[in-house]
Amino acid sequence: MSARAGNHKGPLLEVRDLHAGVAEVEILKGLDLTVNLGEVHAIMGPNGSGKSTLANVLAGKPEYKVTAGEVIYEGSNLLKLTPDRRALDGIFLAFQYPVELPGVREREFMKTALDAIREHRGLEKLSVREFNKLFQEKIAQMEMSPDLVKRSVNEGFSGGEKKRNEILQLAVLEPKLALLDETDSGLDIDALKIVADGVNKLRGPSRAIVIVTHYQRILDYIKPDFVHVLIDGRIVRSGGPELALELEAKGYEWIKEAVESGERLSV
Amino acid sequence: MTTPTKTKVISRKTTDLDTDYKWGFVTDIESDLAPKGLNEEIIRLIVAKKNEPEWMLEWRLRAYRHWMKLNYEEPKWAKIHHPPIDFQDIYYYASPIKEKSPGSLDEVDPELVEAFNKLGIPIEEQKKLSGVAVDAVFDSVSIATTYKKTLEELGIIFCSVSEAVQKHPELIKKYLGSVVPYTDNFYASLNAAVFSDGTFAYIPPGVRCPMELMTYFRMNTEGTGQFERTLIIADEGSYVSYLEGCTAPMRKSNQLHAAVVELIALDNAEIKYSTLQNWYPGDKEGKGGVFNFVTKRGKAAGVNSKISWTQVETGSAITWKYPSVILQGDNSVGEFYSVALVNNYQQADTGTKMIHIGKDTKSTIVAKGISAGHGQNTYRGLVKIMPSATNARNFTRCDSLLIGDKCGAHTVPYIEVRNPTAQMEHEATTSKVSDDQLFYCMQRGISEEDAQHMIINGFCRGIFKELPFEFAMEASQLLKVSLEGAVG
Ligand SMILES: Nc1ncnc2c1ncn2[C@@H]1O[C@H](COP(=O)(O)OP(=O)(O)OP(=O)(O)O)[C@@H](O)[C@H]1O
Ligand SMILES: [Mg+2]
Repeated sequence: MSARAGNHKGPLLEVRDLHAGVAEVEILKGLDLTVNLGEVHAIMGPNGSGKSTLANVLAGKPEYKVTAGEVIYEGSNLLKLTPDRRALDGIFLAFQYPVELPGVREREFMKTALDAIREHRGLEKLSVREFNKLFQEKIAQMEMSPDLVKRSVNEGFSGGEKKRNEILQLAVLEPKLALLDETDSGLDIDALKIVADGVNKLRGPSRAIVIVTHYQRILDYIKPDFVHVLIDGRIVRSGGPELALELEAKGYEWIKEAVESGERLSV
Repeated sequence: MTTPTKTKVISRKTTDLDTDYKWGFVTDIESDLAPKGLNEEIIRLIVAKKNEPEWMLEWRLRAYRHWMKLNYEEPKWAKIHHPPIDFQDIYYYASPIKEKSPGSLDEVDPELVEAFNKLGIPIEEQKKLSGVAVDAVFDSVSIATTYKKTLEELGIIFCSVSEAVQKHPELIKKYLGSVVPYTDNFYASLNAAVFSDGTFAYIPPGVRCPMELMTYFRMNTEGTGQFERTLIIADEGSYVSYLEGCTAPMRKSNQLHAAVVELIALDNAEIKYSTLQNWYPGDKEGKGGVFNFVTKRGKAAGVNSKISWTQVETGSAITWKYPSVILQGDNSVGEFYSVALVNNYQQADTGTKMIHIGKDTKSTIVAKGISAGHGQNTYRGLVKIMPSATNARNFTRCDSLLIGDKCGAHTVPYIEVRNPTAQMEHEATTSKVSDDQLFYCMQRGISEEDAQHMIINGFCRGIFKELPFEFAMEASQLLKVSLEGAVG
């Protein structure tokens, strides 16, 4: 099962002309995006433009229906896979709104997830002791309270703790494609730095990271290779890190205007 | 799911049946059956078979005559539905052993030993479970009790009720029916008239029972009713933890199980009673299954005494039971922790009664109901504070979890406060296993089935922690098996 990844040569992820939405409403309206291993992409865009929808469609959330286009992950069709299979194949979504699981302990949750992922990769399960050691290391790295492992997943966590917990899970599961949906929102200045350090540690040639954000600040810590602007269900402009600075300075209006006039011209 | 078990105590897995209910095999064994139906003759026959003294016969006959006056009128107030039961179409006595009980385990029929082995409950001396003394009850008769010697040295009596009637008549006379009188309710009267065996335990003053005591009930013969009777007495300053597990073969017809359990805790004594109820629940269409109509009650009779019920109810077509505590001693404590699961067409009407009589008495009720398929789950509870119960406290929490939209969950709490110093707290919630929760787990690589199991386990966490460790593992597995195919 794990052989596939090694053999594959092309991009890690290719999204082509993706149309998707809920019920009758189309949210993504012809979105293109290519991500290679080793790259960090930032996606910015106004509220409601479809950033979370993109992340959810890639992760396979059932309520989102794809109506056209394709998503190729490691050379094959991602869209036919169940969400758990996608996760096993290395896709990780740090949720914009992490979900509470009352009574389910964080440690048990992570052990179960890691066992499944390691099994899928053809690796031995970690023993309880090995797992605890790894988990403690990651908790220390994220500067979280060790009491966390005894608590229920996300239950009663503060907004910032929930976000930090997503990155803790990311660090434990070591996926190939990490999608971070506004992980920086709601973090205080110190927490932002810790989260960014955590993400930077995972940066490397065997992984790709897509960061959805509204703010330049996190990109000061995690330098993106590409910045994309997503407006009204499409990526309307892509560039280097300087694009994020430009957005920070000027907002989205100018791009919207440019796009609209460009479209009018192209008609 | 990871379940690190050191000692696999109660693995009831059997592989010879290709169905969801893995305990459904039938043991082919000759049994000694009294004719179907109930009359005074049958009671005399039971008494004769068991060589019981005259006072037992009289007690049984009084119970029978009381039951006859009820004119086959079962209690109707519970939210359960079933076709009428023909009480004359039931075997009231089925014994797998001819004539008398075996003197030693060597005399036990090998088929029976094998049946219990299959259930993961070895009863042979050399294979017995570590740290758990087991009384194995097959149909209505106690087959074997392990660790007898070890317990005897501490003065602990752990044997079948039949044996106790012979050897400890003074205890039986004093306590049998003292908590659940034969007039208590329809099924309790029936049980008193015809019960054929069950477990008896007596813990002497100041003794802390060093191992779990367990009874494993197995219903085998078709058309038998199982009427066992359990009596546990914890004398002053003693402690005992008792476990009860049960399974039955799959049958198309319904089987009646009407047990009575009585607990008595004297001054400073504590009894912890745990049940894993896994009687055959019937098939997916609701055919067959056990009618589980049980009366369980404890009397926290002494000062500072404590009685704690923990139950995980996953089996039976219908469950009707309300393990209760009479908090008679000052400063006594009553607890009820329950998980009741219904799937397919199962019905459960279960809860507790906490009757506060003594001063400074305290009761805690935590009931978790899980409903799936077309299952109907009712929590029914009564908290009663008598005028004498100054400074009584009760905390009640009822949580319901729904899987799918064809099932039902109902909460019926009755509260009767007759002393103004009482402090009562009540919380209730209803939730669903949400799609967002399932998606969150699956996004981490956990399968949908495991995700559901994990969320349900989380829901039951507060109850499982009250169970002995191995039992908790088993309970969690039972929930998983019982919910197979019920993904919301
Ligand atoms: N499950 C849903 N049901 C109905 N509408 C939805 C659903 N999910 C998204 N939408 C709508 O689709 C649009 C895009 O939502 P999405 O969450 O993808 O935006 P976003 O770019 O992530 O915004 P934000 O920056 O505020 O997080 C919004 O108008 C939203 O209301
Ligand atoms: Mg969003």
